[in-house]
Amino acid sequence: MGKRVLLIEDEPNIIEAIRFILSRDGWTVETHSDGATAVAAVAAKRPDIVILDVMLPNKSGFDILRDLRGMAEHAARPILMLTARGQKKDRDMAEAAGVSHFMTKPFSNSEMLEAVRSLAGPDRAQAHSDG
Amino acid sequence: MPRSALTGTRIRERRSLEGLKQADLARDVGISPSYLNLIEHNRRRIGGKLLVDLARALGVEPSALTEGAQVPLMEGLQDAASNAAPGPRRGGAKGTTDPETARAEEFAGRFPGWAALVVAQRDRITALERRVEALNDRLAHDPFLSDSLHEVLSTVTAIRSTAGILNNAGDIDRDWQARFHRNLYEDSQRLADGSQALVSYLDTVGKSEDTLSAPLDEVEAWLAQRDFTIPELECGMMPDLVGDEGLRSPAAQSLARKWVLRARAEAEKMPVSLVEDVIAAHGPDPAALAQEAGVDLAAAMRRLAALPPKEGRPPMGLVICDGSGALTFRKPLDGFAPPRFGAACALWPLYQALLRPMVPIRRVVEQQGQPARRYLAYAICQPRPPKSFDAPEVVEVTMLFLPLDRLDGLGHVPRDAEVLGVGTSCRVCARKNCVARREPSMVLEDVEEG
Repeated sequence: MGKRVLLIEDEPNIIEAIRFILSRDGWTVETHSDGATAVAAVAAKRPDIVILDVMLPNKSGFDILRDLRGMAEHAARPILMLTARGQKKDRDMAEAAGVSHFMTKPFSNSEMLEAVRSLAGPDRAQAHSDG
Repeated sequence: MPRSALTGTRIRERRSLEGLKQADLARDVGISPSYLNLIEHNRRRIGGKLLVDLARALGVEPSALTEGAQVPLMEGLQDAASNAAPGPRRGGAKGTTDPETARAEEFAGRFPGWAALVVAQRDRITALERRVEALNDRLAHDPFLSDSLHEVLSTVTAIRSTAGILNNAGDIDRDWQARFHRNLYEDSQRLADGSQALVSYLDTVGKSEDTLSAPLDEVEAWLAQRDFTIPELECGMMPDLVGDEGLRSPAAQSLARKWVLRARAEAEKMPVSLVEDVIAAHGPDPAALAQEAGVDLAAAMRRLAALPPKEGRPPMGLVICDGSGALTFRKPLDGFAPPRFGAACALWPLYQALLRPMVPIRRVVEQQGQPARRYLAYAICQPRPPKSFDAPEVVEVTMLFLPLDRLDGLGHVPRDAEVLGVGTSCRVCARKNCVARREPSMVLEDVEEG
């Protein structure tokens, strides 16, 4: 059975595009758009991978990341972070907070697929690419 | 040893005017002609008895030879030297790049045009540095800029991703294709709008930063052009703040509006006729004016400083600072100019008043210079009207200062012991063993060397 991704992002057209490319790659994609309830959504859905945008309404992605890493249940869950600010200090901040992978917008579809596959583990990373 | 601000040049001018030969003047005062020649070219400092002798021989007051008209130039040069890129310090291996601060006077005397250029460039560098700081700040913290960049990048991300899907579109069904095409169209609209907004915003930023200076500097320059007095206010009118004669940046306009509205209310409470009666009876005393008009001391000081200049009326300078000590208003006087950038002298009665809110302070202060000049200073620290109960306490300190030598017959003849020596700003201040010194003086250093 396909693995599950939870996409936490508030741009409808980005959601649609990412959902499409990941679904076609065999993933089950669920989405969530509100920062304030994002931690609860991760806890409820227990996805294999979290894709987390930094700029979310009501709560920043950095805060969500810190909260998740502070909970034993999510300490090791793969989290891919997306941001429109590729500055070094943002990357450093994300790494300090325990991000699994950090990606700057705008990214290409193949970059997104590669990142998600490698976070899922070596067996998935070998899968075919259609990026 | 007193510093002669281009005294030599004045001696030379005066001697030529009198038609005296260098040799004759030198013999009169008992020095060699070559020594006098060095003095006249500002290459030897002069003071004390020799200065008095020369003045007598030339038929002028000693002060006429030492009058400090060049003081701003000298202070500017010293400040420029102290801000020079840090080279090897004196005392160690002497660097070739150090300015010869001990010979600043000679430089100013022999090359006044170049000296003025150095000072003007120092001012310009400082202004440009501030502008770079402001722009830096803006890029890092401007919420509009950061929002619109985020919007543009988000839209570009969606477009890139969607376009990537369509580009590989072999096996996408028609409904999805139509949907992605519609998304692409919407996003391209958004991108066009967003980038247009960004461009027009950057355009206006460029314009408002054109003025170069901080809003406060702009307001002061505007007031200075009007001699710090606004005739419209005397008949209840408002001056034009935004027109051709007005201020350029909105920030300066709003600062000026606040200032002018307060000044207008005070002009109404203290009409010129009333102020002139008070001055005739008591001299320019803010306490007398405050009593007579039923206003607080700070208002009386601001009103006195805003009077139009008039024959026989002493010029009055004003500085205002907030509780952090930052100067928020500066009306300079000849010989008593608050620093344009950075903090002033901590000994000023302004700051002494800040330490004791609501206690009126009156001191005679002496600004070092050639000659030293004395001013009568009044200061008071008053709370600003609170916004509400429990609101943070905010104070404003006001200091009015008048040249003492223009207060003839008004009974203020302080003994030397009562005179408080002050400066302008530590770097250009030569006061020795000053308890309030916060950074080493350029001037003091080269006096000790000389």
